[in-house]
Amino acid sequence: MDMNTTQHTSHQYNQELEDARSKLMTMGGLVETQVSNAIKALLERDSSLGERVSFSDYEINTMEVAIDEECAGIIARRQPAASDLRLLITIIKIITDLERIGDEAEKIGRYAVEMTESATAGDLHSSLRHLGEHVKIMMRDTLDALARLDVKQAMQVATNDQQVDAEFDSISRQLFTRMLEDPRNIKDSLNVTWCARSMERIGDHCKNICEYVIYLVKGKDVRHTNLEQVKDEILGVSTGSNR
Amino acid sequence: MNTAAATPQTHKPAAGGREEFAHDITGTVGRPFLEGKNTKFFCRGVNVFYTGDKQAIYDVSVDIGRNEVIAMIGPSGCGKSTFLRCLNRMNDTIAGCRVTGEINLDGEDIHAKEQDPVLLRARVGMVFQKPNPFPKSIYDNVAYGPRLHGLAANRAELDDIVEQSLTKAGLFKEVKDRLQTPGTGLSGGQQQRLCIARTIAVSPEVILMDEPTSALDPIATATIEELIDELRQSFTICIVTHSMQQAARISQRTAYFHLGKLVEVNDTKTVFTNPQHQLTENYITGRFG
Repeated sequence: MDMNTTQHTSHQYNQELEDARSKLMTMGGLVETQVSNAIKALLERDSSLGERVSFSDYEINTMEVAIDEECAGIIARRQPAASDLRLLITIIKIITDLERIGDEAEKIGRYAVEMTESATAGDLHSSLRHLGEHVKIMMRDTLDALARLDVKQAMQVATNDQQVDAEFDSISRQLFTRMLEDPRNIKDSLNVTWCARSMERIGDHCKNICEYVIYLVKGKDVRHTNLEQVKDEILGVSTGSNR
Repeated sequence: MNTAAATPQTHKPAAGGREEFAHDITGTVGRPFLEGKNTKFFCRGVNVFYTGDKQAIYDVSVDIGRNEVIAMIGPSGCGKSTFLRCLNRMNDTIAGCRVTGEINLDGEDIHAKEQDPVLLRARVGMVFQKPNPFPKSIYDNVAYGPRLHGLAANRAELDDIVEQSLTKAGLFKEVKDRLQTPGTGLSGGQQQRLCIARTIAVSPEVILMDEPTSALDPIATATIEELIDELRQSFTICIVTHSMQQAARISQRTAYFHLGKLVEVNDTKTVFTNPQHQLTENYITGRFG
């Protein structure tokens, strides 16, 4: 399907849609940096980086408001339809998830600062490292699928979210055991749990974004469905259409 | 939406764009047929030729449902009005115009020998782009059809028909004290509603509307759109419109015509959120056309 925003009779309209889209990608880039900095600060016990992450969230929030306003303006003035309408709906929804990813990164940043002080947290970090890497890759692939409108990749990332959830469950179990072993571990263990929880939430938001990408390209809402079941329909070569 | 798309492209001339896509139209995508459920008009393989074998529409097959509003959209000259005029044989009045194919109204062939076009047009009424009241009083404008078809036995019955028609058209309250004044003295929106009242006075089954609000202001347009939605309870309505927002607002199904071919018919919501054909997509998003 042709998702080209540049072929409207009105050049101004082309420009407006392209502008909203490129701002979305900029915001995506910003959020991605926040996430990878937050995880880095946490794993490398870099409190100044953690502090920087927790103070940079306002930039993302400002962008969210600006993009929302821009999309509302386009809807009011242009009455977009079909793929243009889906593009704007998708942008509005995606920035909400991006903003929340930003919030989670901010939380991880704050815990990173707190946890640099703690001596015992070290060995807990190894389990977070794997989850962190996984979430970073997921974030990158999500933005990639969004930029290239790649349904196949979006599908892949959304399905992979299960692995992140499973990793989070396994970390939780480890931490429970640790807390039961020695109550003095509770504070650190809880902090690690919150960080793992934030990472897991980032994975969930990435999954949402991927579902919006599928909606944008295919016009089919796959939220709250079993992705395996709709896979063939979504990736099917042709649905009898003339696109 | 790849990165290369970010550079503005020069536009192909509209005509060039259309020619390029013309060969892509094979059959109609979407849901043109109702599978016998509540079908009012059953059209199969309808072709229209004007003088000199110039073909205006090609092989149009579609069902129009009872009590539905179906909107016909498409660029100028795409054949949507021509198709609309097929439905009450208005094309018969154009010299050299020839219609082939099958059009059934409630299972009866409208081109059958025994079919009287005047009676057909009483069953399938029409409202035009420009309000065209007769140069008569408001009352006589509405009473004209019932008188012609002998629908009222006496004056009281005729009064009744006039009042009911004007009420249904949402005009009665505004004109009840001046029914004997000329219809041409009303405002544009009122005149159009008078024309709708005149159309419904003969109790049609279908109302064809050819851009009924393009000459009206937004408030008069909204009144008529509201009216169309109410009329749907009793009539089937086919409307040709250049305003896509209007089609989106008032119709249940939308048909997109392009270069004389019926490209896509589908539920209006689907057409405006996720059209199946690239040409429909291009038209409703404002590319080409």
